[in-house]
Amino acid sequence: MKKRFSSVVIALVLVTVHVGAGGQAPEGRTRVSVPYTEFTLANGLHVILHRDPSVPVVAVNVWYHVGSGSEQPGRTGFAHLFEHLMFEGSKNVPEGAFDTWLEGAGASNNGSTSNDRTNYYIDLPSSALELALFLDSDRMGYLLDTMTPARVDGQRDVVKNERRQSYENRPYGQAFLKLIELLYPKGHPYSWPTIGSMEDLSAATRDDVAGFFKTYYAPNNASLVIAGDIDLAETRVLVEKWFAEIPSGPAVPPLAPPAAVLTDTKRHTLADRVQLPRLYLAWHTPAIYQPGDAAMDIAASLLTGGKNSRLYRRLVYDMQIAQDVSAFQQSQALGSVFLIIATARPGQTLEKIQAVIDDELGKLRASSPETREMTRTMNQLEANFYRSMERVSGKADGLNAYYTTTGMPDFFEEDLSRYRSLSADDIRSAINRYLPPDRRVELSIVPEGKQ
Amino acid sequence: MTRFFQHVAMMAFIGAAGITLAAQKPDRSAPPRPAAPPALKLPPAQKSALSNGLAVWIIEQHEVPLVQVNLIVRAGSAADPAGTYGVARMTANMLDEGAGGKSALELADAVEFLGAELTTLSTFDYSAIRLSTPVAGLADALPLLRDVIASPAFPAEELERLRKERLTELLQARDDPATIIEIAFPRFVFGEKHRFGTVPGGGAADVKAMTLDDLRAFHRGFYRPENSVLLLVGDVTPAAVLPLLEQTLGRWKPGGPAAKATAPPSAPQLTRRQLYLVDKPGAAQSQIRIGWVGVPRSTPDYPTVQVLNTILGGSFTSRLNTNLRETHGYSYGAFSGFEARISPGAFFAGAGVQTDKTAEALKEFFNEFDSILRPIPADELDKARNYVALGFPAQFETNADLARKLEEQVVHSLPDDYFPSYIRAVVQVSGAGIEKAAQQYIQPERFAVVVVGDRKMIEAGIRALNLGPINVVTIDQLLGPM
Repeated sequence: MKKRFSSVVIALVLVTVHVGAGGQAPEGRTRVSVPYTEFTLANGLHVILHRDPSVPVVAVNVWYHVGSGSEQPGRTGFAHLFEHLMFEGSKNVPEGAFDTWLEGAGASNNGSTSNDRTNYYIDLPSSALELALFLDSDRMGYLLDTMTPARVDGQRDVVKNERRQSYENRPYGQAFLKLIELLYPKGHPYSWPTIGSMEDLSAATRDDVAGFFKTYYAPNNASLVIAGDIDLAETRVLVEKWFAEIPSGPAVPPLAPPAAVLTDTKRHTLADRVQLPRLYLAWHTPAIYQPGDAAMDIAASLLTGGKNSRLYRRLVYDMQIAQDVSAFQQSQALGSVFLIIATARPGQTLEKIQAVIDDELGKLRASSPETREMTRTMNQLEANFYRSMERVSGKADGLNAYYTTTGMPDFFEEDLSRYRSLSADDIRSAINRYLPPDRRVELSIVPEGKQ
Repeated sequence: MTRFFQHVAMMAFIGAAGITLAAQKPDRSAPPRPAAPPALKLPPAQKSALSNGLAVWIIEQHEVPLVQVNLIVRAGSAADPAGTYGVARMTANMLDEGAGGKSALELADAVEFLGAELTTLSTFDYSAIRLSTPVAGLADALPLLRDVIASPAFPAEELERLRKERLTELLQARDDPATIIEIAFPRFVFGEKHRFGTVPGGGAADVKAMTLDDLRAFHRGFYRPENSVLLLVGDVTPAAVLPLLEQTLGRWKPGGPAAKATAPPSAPQLTRRQLYLVDKPGAAQSQIRIGWVGVPRSTPDYPTVQVLNTILGGSFTSRLNTNLRETHGYSYGAFSGFEARISPGAFFAGAGVQTDKTAEALKEFFNEFDSILRPIPADELDKARNYVALGFPAQFETNADLARKLEEQVVHSLPDDYFPSYIRAVVQVSGAGIEKAAQQYIQPERFAVVVVGDRKMIEAGIRALNLGPINVVTIDQLLGPM
């Protein structure tokens, strides 16, 4: 759910890897660390600063701790529609000027909305930092002053076209909308899609915008990370200057829905305008950073990461009955989902593909993965972890994500350790526990007219 | 989770107490002005050559213990044999499907075990092998890279597997208007006979006809040290790494005669506006592409064209996106671009628009094409120049990014001081220069207009615009019969 169709990143800073004061990493390895300072303004805005002067750029990254999970009945898609409105101007920023001024400074910016949070980022030359702070503080403090029903109408049309482009006009685009319906009971915060329904998007009003802003967009429900070529003391002064005047809002109570569970297998078949059938298997799995979450990431890699992974090798490489297969753990705050997705080759059936998947899952339930595949997976995972930290904007978003969920911005080493500490037996028992054969969703998308 | 929510509660409490402590209000009457931006400072490439003539460029970057190793071969899809389009792409895809005595699976295992990533690819202008590896694994990864480049096995069963995979991709392309438009637009701009009129991977007939001999001939002719450049960016020094390179890639000595890759001739320019309507029943949006033959990468107008395009459709606040998305809400995003190839690629403008606004959207595209021919307001020109110039350093952020910019330098024979000089040229682009470029490169009365959408819903509205003759095209005509 991005504000626009492509996102561009603009920074040149690389990850700091050093032996941290907090202790040695296992096996004498370098400890991964992103040093930071943090403080909280009187209005509750939590601020995290990370200095990396290797190139003259800065990433300004704001998380509001609200996502589509907090939406009210009849207003699905609203958190994301609201995200769009955050770029449309505020009291001291005329409509269109937010992007115009940033482009004139060589900046790129965007935002995204998930079930759990909404983030906004601006990547720009460090010489233009104060412009970003002015813009982000103006929309945090004064968004409603110039908000009109016409602005809501304008972005409503854009978001409806985003829905058409990303779901309705995209092959298999209906699958994810159907999957969440099957996975979650009615009323669960994850039971509706972040993009929302056309009907609910039509219903959203300017009053809804005001209510949502007052409830969720106060500084005490946000965290701000500034990373890059900055002077820490000067930046703190600038943050105080632009953000301190914004009044705090009421505390936001946490969402606490009953855990979603499946007690048996839910099967569903949906027709789409596609040439080939596609199978989706989905399970409820542990929430982000909870025990079992990291094991599911490793399970996904063992199953479909690379030519030698168990499902890719059998379905795509050896038997050649599938065009593609992928598996991933979608980690979320209130409970995660593990997915396996495979597309049949012409003339092949989903039944046959599902039988192979179940056979391979059965093997992993019965015996632990081999040492070489565990090492291969861990090495891949570790290298990818470093690659994700190469951009200063990646570090900024990482600091904010870790802070949001764990309270510790520099959770990089701890995050990596979650994976390193797992044994092959841990993976086997996690697959037994979290990927049972008889409690899951089985969704088939089949070509129209060929049911 | 618990920690987070406790934290929020605590912050709210502090916040309530803190309101009275708020500092004096900042002056919000005007946006803060950025200070002068720092100049782009690029680390220099250290150039040398191995004993077999392979040129090596090294840029040291010691921030992370990773290294990017890219081998560029100066021959891509433009060098495909006539009648068998897709050979360059398939050759690249087959490089790591068995090489140096290792099977496809053994190669993949060895690379992944190092935590490395190896990708092989080809564009119209060149082929490349990109290796990213933790520096600790470099000595083990280089022999694998050598095998993949110098002695791919091209096993018959792997070609059959990839052939089926590609044919299935082409079958799936029929599902997706966004994919169909990428096949249809170049077909009508460049024509079926020009290499750029067919996608790099080739069509179904090409893929069915391709043989192992085609791949071997392409590899033997073009994958040669004298036709290649090796780029290293990362945590290495020339003194330490050159001996390793000499022991591996230095021993790459292919026999047989070299082939010569020549860029395809410029496609004939379009002369009159025509419309092409590809029927996709039930489509919720119409995919639109409008354009014609653009400029070669080597044009001296390149900086001007980049600024012109930024104003027209190359940025979020560009005229096309502002019009189609922000003003009218017809689309999630509209854009334009000039394909940068050795021979002239396409100029294109496009969007996905809601089906019931297809004709209205087309009208707005042509309004913007007309409008861009008039003088550009000074503040709009300023914004676009700054956006391109100040945002340019972002393209050099990571090791992989830097290596990609070096690829561009190699493939287009750009001088060593090109990138800083490009920024200077962008800053100097004038309004008069933009006007001249717009007159030359934006001629809407000669554009091809391609629409993939639900014909029964959109045809009448499009006809009423009277833009020109309409050719109705079926998906079978584009992709061949199923």
